[in-house]
Parts: sequence; structure tokens; C-alpha cells
Amino acid sequence: MLLEIQNLHANVEGREILRGLDLTIRPGEVHAMMGPNGSGKSTLAQVLAGKEDYEVTAGRVLMDGKDLLELPPEERAREGLFLAFQYPVEIPGVSNTYFLKAAVNAVRKHRGLPEYDAVDFLKLVRQKVKLVGLDESLLQRPVNEGFSGGEKKRNEIFHMAVLEPTLCVLDETDSGLDIDALRIVADGVNSLRAPGRSFLVITHYQRLLNYIVPDFVHVLIDGRIVQSGGKELALELEDKGYSWLEVEPAGAGA
Amino acid sequence: MSETLVEASPFAAELDAALARAEPAALTALRAEAAGRFRALGLPSLRDEEWRHTNVAPVAKLRFVAPRPWSGARAAELAEEIARFRLDGTCELVFVDGRFAPELSATLLPEGVAIESLARRLARDAGGLAAVLGRKARFDAHPFLALSTALFEDGAVVEVAPRAVVETALHLIFYSTASPEPQASFPRTLILAGEASQATVVESFAGAPGAIYLTCPVTELVAARAAVVDHYKLQRESRAAFHLSGIAVETARAANVASHSFSLGGAIVRHDIRGALAGEGSEATLNGLYLVEDRQLVDTHMRVDHLAPHCASHELYKGVLDGRARAVFSGRIHVHPGAQKTDAKQTNRNLLLSEEAIAHSQPQLEIYADDVKCTHGSTVGQLDDEAVFYLRSRGIGIEAARSLLTYAFAADLVERVKVPALHRELQEFLFAWVPQGEVVRDAV
Repeated sequence: MLLEIQNLHANVEGREILRGLDLTIRPGEVHAMMGPNGSGKSTLAQVLAGKEDYEVTAGRVLMDGKDLLELPPEERAREGLFLAFQYPVEIPGVSNTYFLKAAVNAVRKHRGLPEYDAVDFLKLVRQKVKLVGLDESLLQRPVNEGFSGGEKKRNEIFHMAVLEPTLCVLDETDSGLDIDALRIVADGVNSLRAPGRSFLVITHYQRLLNYIVPDFVHVLIDGRIVQSGGKELALELEDKGYSWLEVEPAGAGA
Repeated sequence: MSETLVEASPFAAELDAALARAEPAALTALRAEAAGRFRALGLPSLRDEEWRHTNVAPVAKLRFVAPRPWSGARAAELAEEIARFRLDGTCELVFVDGRFAPELSATLLPEGVAIESLARRLARDAGGLAAVLGRKARFDAHPFLALSTALFEDGAVVEVAPRAVVETALHLIFYSTASPEPQASFPRTLILAGEASQATVVESFAGAPGAIYLTCPVTELVAARAAVVDHYKLQRESRAAFHLSGIAVETARAANVASHSFSLGGAIVRHDIRGALAGEGSEATLNGLYLVEDRQLVDTHMRVDHLAPHCASHELYKGVLDGRARAVFSGRIHVHPGAQKTDAKQTNRNLLLSEEAIAHSQPQLEIYADDVKCTHGSTVGQLDDEAVFYLRSRGIGIEAARSLLTYAFAADLVERVKVPALHRELQEFLFAWVPQGEVVRDAV
């Protein structure tokens, strides 16, 4: 089992957003998490990554059998978790390259691998940058600063490719992308699919799942998974919306 | 009344002595005027608006002595002390306790530039500098500039010949030695850039580690028509020293001056910076970075006067404060009537690394022309939580993340330095200063 979430409850500013979420992801699987606005999708992503604004009040999360919630965000990342942000943060003055070099070496050190020197790192970066179709000029620029929406999302996938995580959480990576940008991002993600690597793809729209085809689709409403199924569930949601699945009146948890 | 003045002013005897010097009349008159202003103003207190946050009581409490004159016999000993403040690839002149030390200085100057000890120049020709000396760095409202103008003895006169392009950076090192009793020195720099000339001048202020002393340096920089001057000030005084200084920049038509101040040392530090855009179409960049920790205090007061149309001024001051450090920034852009098409921007950003650090920031605009573009802004804040989390989520430890962000904040100004040796020096300083800087050194 790569990831096991059991009865997860989480609050933000005293308001309960996740209300008993269960989810199991095995190595190599792609899971899609769908749901209406305010259902708790992004909260789940932030809780998994370790954002301090969220308070876990009950439940547990195990990654490779380790208690994820005990770890600070950087150690989760070193253990193989990666969150592609819905809104990647601009970091003025920190170049994309030197940020990534610090990150990848922190991860490698943790895994007992030798740190990359400048030459090896550059080789790796060149190879990955092609993989996700990122303009090489963006490597020397400060992280995300002045990047277009599409460039930011592609940069997230690029970071993911370099860090080689075992669990990739994509938080609404499709939001704000036109169809061409979406295809490039999806191609990048697909090229990273591997038997030992799992994905949790959080999205509002079925559209992304035409390109990143999931093994499982879950519907999150009001902080709980109310329905799970195969990829066809996404198409059904596209047709019928979410209301037929809502156990409580619409908007109760929004 | 005279008794209270003597009490309040530890420099009364020095002022009397300075006025009694046998000097050319123009100089005596200037000193008398400055001494008069200092006596009238007295040492500032927290009740003075301009000194509201900067307590100079520790300066007033000490009795400073005049430094002993420079002697070549000390050259070998001082050469060693000063070595770490030198900058490779520059032409260096050294001043020890405010006096020119020829034995430690370069003898060969780059073509197109003349540098003379101010004392020697005044002995030779006091009248020639009368229009500049003490006239650009106005002391009427500033006690320490008045004091410095009344008491200065030596310094540097840098003259760049018209149309000369001086490739080699000039580096003036003002070094203060340790002494049994605290010393006060009043070094003075005049930079006169001739028409369409181009030059780079670095001024370094440093002292023996731990030494208590007062430096009141004044720099007056006048750029003639179409001159281009890059000026840097690197303040690395002893952490027990007082540095109370003034810089005045004046630009003639189409001149372009950039002055970057890096304030890193000292216990109580004050910079009064004045930019006068006097000629049409001229440009001034007055930037600075201060890094303070423990109980250090750095105060920057800036005033930029737009006196002519089509001028641009840009001021970016950034500060990082740790421990119980304090910073003050007070900036004022004054657009005079007729200075149409002024383009002025002033920004002050403070990054607080500790809960006890305090920054006061007050940018102001005064505009008396109607067709101008002026902006100002200031921030005082901590590291951005979102940015820290973003870095951590990629595997970078919290301390390293904070370190990277702090470095980046400050490096923004270091990256603007065009003198390679100075750039290296500042980068090294940052690595050492920023908590966990070795992480950044590996990453950069």
C-alpha cells in the first residue's frame, strides 16, 4: 500500500472541511478526486503536503506504512510525496535552477544517494525540461516570477519530473489552462507514469481525465468520498453533475 | 548659557581649535559657519523629528580624542590589518583615522583621473573647491554634517577629466584603528566628474574589530554635464563604532549617477543622503541595503530634489533585521515647480527575521509640478509563509528555505553591483550573515 487515508478529519480556522475521508492508493495507480467547489479537494491536497493552517482532528495517513502526519512538509517531500500546487508561488530572487538543485539534493541526501554536482544536475535538468516542454529560458528566471499560467503549471510538472516522487498529488493542475497547455501538461504527467509511482489527480472537470486516464475516480462531497468507481464515473459526472450524489442539501459543506 | 553648551557638546574644544587654524579665509569662513550651526543645533535628541528613532546618547556620553596623525612607520602593521578590506582589481587609496596614508596607497592612477589628499589640495589651492566643499552636503539642519564640515582635516579629492572613461574602479578605504581612548575622524570625499566622463568610485569604511570610535564622513559628488558615475559605499565599521555620515549627489544636464550603499557594520549608523537633480534630463539611482542584527541601529534619511524637467530618480532600499536590531528609513522626494516629466520612484522594504527587531519606514512625496510620475512604497514584514511552505513542500528544510528567501531578498541589491571584487565580497558577506548561509552557497 502506498497511501492509506483513514477517517481523516481536518479543520481550517475552526471549520471542519474533511469529515471522515478514507482512501487507499496502491503503487502505480492513478486516482482522480472530483467534486464540487468547497467539497474539500484542495484541503485534502494541503493536508497531505503538511500546510500548517490545517488542523487534523482525527484519523491517520500512512505513506509506505509511515505516519505522514507526524512529518514536517520537507520530510514528506523527501519520503516521496509531491504536491503540484493549484497556485504555484512566485519566489522573487530565487532562480528556478538553484532552487531545484537545493531541493533535489535534499531529497537525494535523505535517500542515501550521492548529491548531484553542477554538471550532473544540468544534464538531468536538460533531459527533464524537454520531457515537459518547458522553455529552457525559464530555468534561469526566478521561480514562477512573471511566468504565464501555463508556464507555472508546466514548471510544477517539471519540478515533479526532477524530484522523481513516488506519490504525486496534482491540485487542479488543469485550472486556467487552454486545451493546448492542458495537453502538454498531461503529456508530461503521462510520461512520468511508472509501476512504482502513483498519482492523485484532483480536478473539478472531467476534461483533464481525457488525457490523464485514471484507474479510479472518487467523488468528494462535503468532506467525504460518496462514490468511487472506474474512469467511466467521470463521464457520468460530466453528464449529470454532482447533485445526484449529494447526501445533504447542496451547499451544506461549501 | 556657555556652560550648558560646553556640557552638551563634547566637541567644543575641537571646534575652537579648528577655527584657530591658519587657513585660507574661504575655508575659515566655511568652518565658522558650520561650527555656528553645530553649536546652534546641538547634538540631536529623540525630540528632534529627524532623530525621533535614533538615540545618539551613547555618542554624547563619550569623550572622543583626535587621532594621532598618520606616520609611515605604521605602514607595515596597518597593511596587514587593512588587507581584508582591499578589493582586487581596483586602484586603492587608503586613509587611516581620517588621514591619507600614501605608504598604503597606489602610486599609479588610471589615466584620466586625478586623486589628491584633501589636506594637500587645500594647502595648495583652497579657493578652487569653495563652490563645492560643504555646499552640496548641506549642513544647516544636520548637526553631524555641520560638525564634520567644521572639523574635517583630510580626505580625497577625485577629479575625472572631461570625456575620460576610467575603466579601473577607484577604491577609497577609510580605516579606523583601535586606540586606548575613542577617536573621532571626519573624512571627506569630493568626487568631481567632468563633462561626459565615466568613472566608478567605491568608498569603504572599516575599523579594527571591536574598536570604539566615531566616523563622520561626508561625500560630495558632482556629475557635470553627461557624466556617468557609479558610486558605492561599503560600510563595515567595527560593531562598537558610530558612523554618522552624509552623501550628497548633484547631477548636471544629462548626467547619470548611481550610488549604492551597503551598510553592514557599526553599532549606531546614520546615513543622510541627498540627491539633487539639477540639470535637465539627468538621472540618479540611490539604492541601499542594510543588514543588522543584535542591537545594531541603522538610520537612512534621504531627500531627493527634482529641480529640473525630464529627470528620473530611483531609490530602492532594502533591509534585513535580526535580533533586536532597529532600522529607520525616511525618504522624501521633493518635486520643485517646473520639474515637469519627473519620473521618481522610491521603495523601502524591510524583512524582519526576529520578533524583537523593529523597522520604521516613512517614504514621502512633495510635488509642486503637475506633469510627473511619482510613486513610493514601503513594507515591513516577515518571510512569506506561502513561499516558505512552497520550498518545504519540495524537500527543502525550513531553515534552508528561510535562508534561501532571505538571501534572495538581499541579493537583489548585491546583484546590481558592477565591480566584480565588490560583488564577490558582498556575496560572501551575505553567505556568512544569513542564517545557514552555507546552504545557499551550495545552491547558488
